[in-house]
Amino acid sequence: MSDPRGQAELNTFPRLLMQHAQQRPNRPAMREKEYGIWQTYSWAEVAQNVRAIACGLAELGFKRGDRLGIIGDNRPRLYWSVAACQCLGGIPVMMYQDAVAEEMAYVLQDAEIKFAVVEDQEQVDKMLEIREQCPLLEHVIYDDSRGMRHYADTFLLGLDELQSMGTAHDKSQPDFLDGEISKGGPDDVSVMLYTSGTTGKPKGVCQTHDAFIQSAKGGCQFDKLTENEDILSYLPMAWVGDHLFSYAQAMVSGFTINCPESGETVMTDLREIGPTYYFAPPRVFENLLTTVLIRMEDASWFKRKIFAFAMDVAKRCGAEILDGKPVSTSDRFQYWLSNLLILGPLKNVLGFSRIRVAYTAGAAIGPDLFRFYRSIGINLKQLYGQTETCAYVCLQPDGQIKLDSVGKPAPGVEVKLAENGEILVKGPMLLKAYYKRPDATAESINEDGYFLTGDAGFFDEDGHLKIIDRAKDVGKLNGGSIFAPNYIENKLKFFQHVKEAVAFGNERDYVTAFINIDLEAVGNYVERRGLAYSGYTDLAAQPMVLQLIKECVEEINAQLAADPMMADSQIKRFLILHKELDADDGELTRTRKVRRKFVSERYAVLIDALYSGKSEQHIETDVKYEDGRQGKVSADLKIEEAKTFAPQAAKTAA
Amino acid sequence: MAREIGDVILKMEGISLSFGGVKALTNISFDVREHEIRSIIGPNGAGKSSMLNVINGVYHPQEGQVTFRGEVRRDMEPHKAAKQGIARTFQNIALFKGMSVIDNIMTGRNLKMKCNVFHHALHWGKARAEEIEHRKKVEEVIDFLEIQNIRKTPVGRLPYGLQKRVELGRALAAEPSMMLLDEPMAGMNVEEKQDMCRFILDVNDQFGTTIVLIEHDMGVVMDISDRVVVLDYGKKIGDGEPDEVKNNPDVIAAYLGTSH
Repeated sequence: MSDPRGQAELNTFPRLLMQHAQQRPNRPAMREKEYGIWQTYSWAEVAQNVRAIACGLAELGFKRGDRLGIIGDNRPRLYWSVAACQCLGGIPVMMYQDAVAEEMAYVLQDAEIKFAVVEDQEQVDKMLEIREQCPLLEHVIYDDSRGMRHYADTFLLGLDELQSMGTAHDKSQPDFLDGEISKGGPDDVSVMLYTSGTTGKPKGVCQTHDAFIQSAKGGCQFDKLTENEDILSYLPMAWVGDHLFSYAQAMVSGFTINCPESGETVMTDLREIGPTYYFAPPRVFENLLTTVLIRMEDASWFKRKIFAFAMDVAKRCGAEILDGKPVSTSDRFQYWLSNLLILGPLKNVLGFSRIRVAYTAGAAIGPDLFRFYRSIGINLKQLYGQTETCAYVCLQPDGQIKLDSVGKPAPGVEVKLAENGEILVKGPMLLKAYYKRPDATAESINEDGYFLTGDAGFFDEDGHLKIIDRAKDVGKLNGGSIFAPNYIENKLKFFQHVKEAVAFGNERDYVTAFINIDLEAVGNYVERRGLAYSGYTDLAAQPMVLQLIKECVEEINAQLAADPMMADSQIKRFLILHKELDADDGELTRTRKVRRKFVSERYAVLIDALYSGKSEQHIETDVKYEDGRQGKVSADLKIEEAKTFAPQAAKTAA
Repeated sequence: MAREIGDVILKMEGISLSFGGVKALTNISFDVREHEIRSIIGPNGAGKSSMLNVINGVYHPQEGQVTFRGEVRRDMEPHKAAKQGIARTFQNIALFKGMSVIDNIMTGRNLKMKCNVFHHALHWGKARAEEIEHRKKVEEVIDFLEIQNIRKTPVGRLPYGLQKRVELGRALAAEPSMMLLDEPMAGMNVEEKQDMCRFILDVNDQFGTTIVLIEHDMGVVMDISDRVVVLDYGKKIGDGEPDEVKNNPDVIAAYLGTSH
């Protein structure tokens, strides 16, 4: 290693933690709201607690290489358990706290977990339920003792008791833990994160200390994060993003993690903490905006007027000012005024007053939504990555934000495109292996050491990566141009009236689509126009609704026509489905992703109609109701033709 | 179960209550044991709420006597009942709609406040320390009932089910040894009822609070009660453990009606 000696030593998370405890013992490392008051833990206190938990675990018989299951909301003691486990050379395995017992049983068996730290009674009950199926599980340690008074099982232990055991152990053998920490190396697996399992069974992704530390370092340098940042940790600990943003980056740069009081109080906590660094999936940003807009509609006319003025100004020049582009003095003045009157207070209400960097990822974000946050002065950016790459592949650099790209390759990451457009990545952040799945590991990393992301994309003229779809979903139209269904569907879904869309076109002459309308938004729309309807099926068949959706489709067509790669993907014909696609009927996954193959088989007759030139098609479908009963829905669906644009003509129109 | 049902702490003997010519209660006797969940059921107008009102002294029965923890009394004032550790909630929610959840629950601490009004008005001296202590207790209640997210919301803006929970919170804040709950689950959906049941059982289990409960939902009553009293037209027609009461022909007749 060419590193100076001091640097080389900080190559595992426990070493980083002990370093912070020495260098900045009194800086806040974590905050948690308890009984309505924010309690702060300094780095020294965190280190002390981590030591106690680690020694307690060791006393229970936790060995190097053992896996520690961790289940619960973002609680400080669960983060400490992650660190404690790493101190002992173990591998923490976080699980989604809202998963049902069965799903947890799978992970517990797959990872051969003997020890688990869980948050509360709810999780303990799940562990007891699946105990039979997981004979390896020896100890379950719970954080919150509420309601646990009657649990006499010796298999259970309170975290308080574990910590006092550990404290005593640490006192009697003070060198033990330091010895364990010094045994760890950067290439040891530091954490196992399970993939969501949309394709087959979940797989455990083994990441090393080095991978996460390098990714965290890269991210911190890229966005100039310091020990002064505050982050609100409210996304599941089992998710790679939380592990990178909350755990790894905080360990690397020494900033403060804030744990909300409960899932429902996140909005209030956000406002009280005022994070400087923030991550949220697009739907959170969308909900926030909707809340604001709804409340503005109830405001007095004068307030609405100044709000509209401020929004106009922000739209015109907000994003440019944020990007440091030249803006006229008059606009600058108006923006300053809007900021004083509306934008500043608005950001304050949202808890965004102090934000320096905010990220979104996980799903495509609507351009209007993205622009809104940037225009009011929030440095919202997009990133791209997956569990296998520590959520660290591409980041949008400050000042170079493009709405539909995910930015440039992050420091230390190499990105290239395969011939079929698949994105391949290489760098220190790649997974070591899938746990016990050498076949899957071999499949996903090619002989040159590139990880196959399974996403298809391309670089634009400025070197920004654009993601278009899952590589396996990308097909070709008979005309020869590429067909990316997700790309088209996402564009459709950005309209508030469209809830779900399924596009077809692979090996066909043109593109067609099924549309699901958003019952609430469309219902509202027709009600305001004085139209009565009796339910989803009826609403979906209203001529007014067909016209509304047709306008949306044509707008998309105009946009697609402007993009030389996508001009042939304009939607020629579409229909509005007579029922909502539903996970209970197997049409969507539990995470609400369309199961393309299933849908195209189930509705084959509709697809035929779309391509045969018919203007109407009868369909009868079995449905499952929530109470388990079976029923049938039938309807005559109208098939609409949408206007398409010639590639050139659209450019001038758009 | 860790809690053990203890001795009789409340004994109602020969209670009769009338309003002018209307006989609300006629010669009713029953008792409540320490730490138990005791339900009073009966059709509309059976006299259930009147019975609760007699217990905490809102109504004064014309005949009969009430013995609470060995002390025999006929006339009781509500504030004295409160001082003796009896708290209650109401059928038609009696919260301060314009005040926040915290402030509403804080009113439950009223009797425990010792400083005088001037200290409190100036928020000075002992009053400060006292307020902090009470606030802590209130926060524990909030934590117990899992209503952190609505802490600062005015009660009037909350849905009905949550208002009921806040009312329970206010009763809990007084750290009562006995709680009288007047239809805590009326007008709730199944999920809200389940939540409320869990809270009632938790209160009973964790704090050992004796609970006297009026409820219409038979399923709930039979599930959570230790013993049940059945009233009909102001008369007692049944008393005993849930199974016993369920099979009592008079009770079945009162609930389902009989052919005359």
